[in-house]
Amino acid sequence: MQPNANSPRVTGSLLTDPKFRAWIFQILAVIAVIAAGWYLFNNTQHNLNSRGISSGFGFLQQSAGFGILQSLVDYTESDSYARVFVIGLLNTLLVSVLGIVFATLLGFLLGVARLSHNWLISKLATLYIEIFRNIPPLLQIFFWYFAVLRNVPGPRQSLDVGETVFLNIRGLYLPSPTPTEGFWAALAAFIVAAVISIYIGIKAKQRREATGRRFPVLLTTLGLLFGLPTIVGLLFGNPFVWEMPELKGFNFQGGFVVIPELVALTLALSIYTAAFIAEIVRAGIMSVSHGQTEAADSLGLRRGVTLRLVIIPQALRVIIPPLTSQYLNLAKNSSLAAAIGYPDLVSLFAGTVLNQTGQAIETISITMSVYLAISLAISLLMNSYNKRMALVER
Amino acid sequence: MKFAKTTLAALAAAVTLGVSVQAQAGTTLDAVKAKGFVQCGISDGLPGFSYADSKGQYIGLDVDVCRAVAAALFGDATKVKYTPLTAKERFTALQSGEVDVLSRNTTWTSSRDAAMGLNFAGVNYYDGQGFLVNKKLGVTSAKELDGAAVCIQAGTTTELNLADYFRAGNMKYTPITYDKSDESAKALEAGRCDVLTSDQSQLYAQRIKLAKPDDYVVLPEVISKEPLGPAVRQGDADWFNIVKWSLFAMVNAEEMGVTSANVEDLAKNSTNPDVRRLLGAEGEFGKDLKLPQDWAVQIVKQVGNYGETFDRNVGAGSDLKIARGLNDLWNKGGLQYAPPVR
Repeated sequence: MQPNANSPRVTGSLLTDPKFRAWIFQILAVIAVIAAGWYLFNNTQHNLNSRGISSGFGFLQQSAGFGILQSLVDYTESDSYARVFVIGLLNTLLVSVLGIVFATLLGFLLGVARLSHNWLISKLATLYIEIFRNIPPLLQIFFWYFAVLRNVPGPRQSLDVGETVFLNIRGLYLPSPTPTEGFWAALAAFIVAAVISIYIGIKAKQRREATGRRFPVLLTTLGLLFGLPTIVGLLFGNPFVWEMPELKGFNFQGGFVVIPELVALTLALSIYTAAFIAEIVRAGIMSVSHGQTEAADSLGLRRGVTLRLVIIPQALRVIIPPLTSQYLNLAKNSSLAAAIGYPDLVSLFAGTVLNQTGQAIETISITMSVYLAISLAISLLMNSYNKRMALVER
Repeated sequence: MKFAKTTLAALAAAVTLGVSVQAQAGTTLDAVKAKGFVQCGISDGLPGFSYADSKGQYIGLDVDVCRAVAAALFGDATKVKYTPLTAKERFTALQSGEVDVLSRNTTWTSSRDAAMGLNFAGVNYYDGQGFLVNKKLGVTSAKELDGAAVCIQAGTTTELNLADYFRAGNMKYTPITYDKSDESAKALEAGRCDVLTSDQSQLYAQRIKLAKPDDYVVLPEVISKEPLGPAVRQGDADWFNIVKWSLFAMVNAEEMGVTSANVEDLAKNSTNPDVRRLLGAEGEFGKDLKLPQDWAVQIVKQVGNYGETFDRNVGAGSDLKIARGLNDLWNKGGLQYAPPVR
């Protein structure tokens, strides 16, 4: 008898039916996973109860009672643990964003520098990359924090620039601006300028496509965006009142302070990640074959236009996916903040809050989910950008 | 299907087994006896309380609590393994079973008792929070600290007391928090902060570790109550009793005048019924505690009574030279008081 897929075998039971068996195994696998998860959850609950450890997320509403070095939103000691969480999250995001911006700028610069025909520039870039790529980020953080920023003079011997900006071991003190009437007028002028600029841009594009005549859009819009608010600002008087930092008692009071922990962390993370980004940029540029440049030349395109419309779009296709990984790494490496007491999410929430409440499972799982969410958000953004830049196949 | 059946059966067995194992998880006492040593959580280096001496041996007042437990249980004070923990790590280490007893200058509070699942076995040092400042600042009282940058160890009661104190005094401060007490001390030396705040005993200990100890002064204010003591996990009454009574035995021994020098003699020849009960010459108090009959003799012989360990580690016989003060016996004006053995 020939086995035939169309006619089910009469003699075999349901058990020998491959389709049925496949289903059974899949159902069993799902049951096993659920059972294992249930067992872990139940076991944890049981052990927490038997040891008298509180569980649940009620602790988030309790007041925290400790001070925090740096908070981007208002915070007092009587605020809740949930507020502490928000502050930790914002501090993590702040250092991640600063790090990503600086690492990208520095990385692109270095990547291009390493390809330079100037021997000195290219060798210096190589040296930089090889040094900073090969030292663990934690050591670099320690270097900036303990070796460099710890040697800045104390508050009473502060270095200053014209009695307005002060640098000492407690941080960099800058005058902080408070907006006045003039500021709001200038802001309104800026919005008007922006609307006009967009209109000019659209009109210029239409005219170029219709007649081929160019219009200096960039210069005009820049002039508008900067000129109009400046004129309005001058008419209304000073847009800001500057609050100067002043040495009162132990420390400088007033003004705006950049703490050394933030500086050390941002420096270390940007410098470390820039070395990787430089290599990615170099790889991206080298991946565009020289024939592309020659073709653009033979079409009579100018150098700048060639770079902007031919080289960079093709290089970006190669650069973006690994660049995403570097951004993710930087965001995750920011958790090394705990080592130097920068109040980021890990140090503040998974550290101090965990210790004050003893609710390890809750705080750690919240913290892990947050890093997961941050990383997924970065991935999502970069992937959508990648899609826009990707080769459109026809 | 046979395969499927066996898989399912195995799975069901695993689940039920898992549940039954969890229901009768071994007690700490059995586990400690089986492995033959006490796993003790101590601080990451605090002179007088727990730190490594020049030979690499851990010594200190907190270390002696663990040594006393080992002496009571095994008749050998050296059967202890140490896990140095930062303030942030300590409770998780105890809760998860990484250490059997946490003897790490830890303050006894209601939330640690009730919400974290700890049991404090007593108080081996009555402390209070103070401030350490550089003499150059010219500060003589904590009330003059408005606007100061303050170094603190993260995840401690100190952090909370500090916030309360400044809020109550309507003063401002900038908290600079580090995980390790050494980092805080270095930050004070470098000038990152004006003041270091911690339990007073720790301030004295940190001060002698600074490059120029004489440039720094401990301010007179004590802003909190910090009863420091060893803690164990909840739900394990036998183990809790052993740690508690090891500590009490040391205090009782001092009160009765039993020292490491005369303990063996007194165990044989004493006629004082209190001493006879403590040292196992009368009654079966050791057996009730699930300990050998000579448990207290071993503690005093190998570790010393409370007064001896205090003098040796933090008191007159040490570099710290801390006065007994609150930590003197109750009948000498202090707070150290142990329930009787009977």
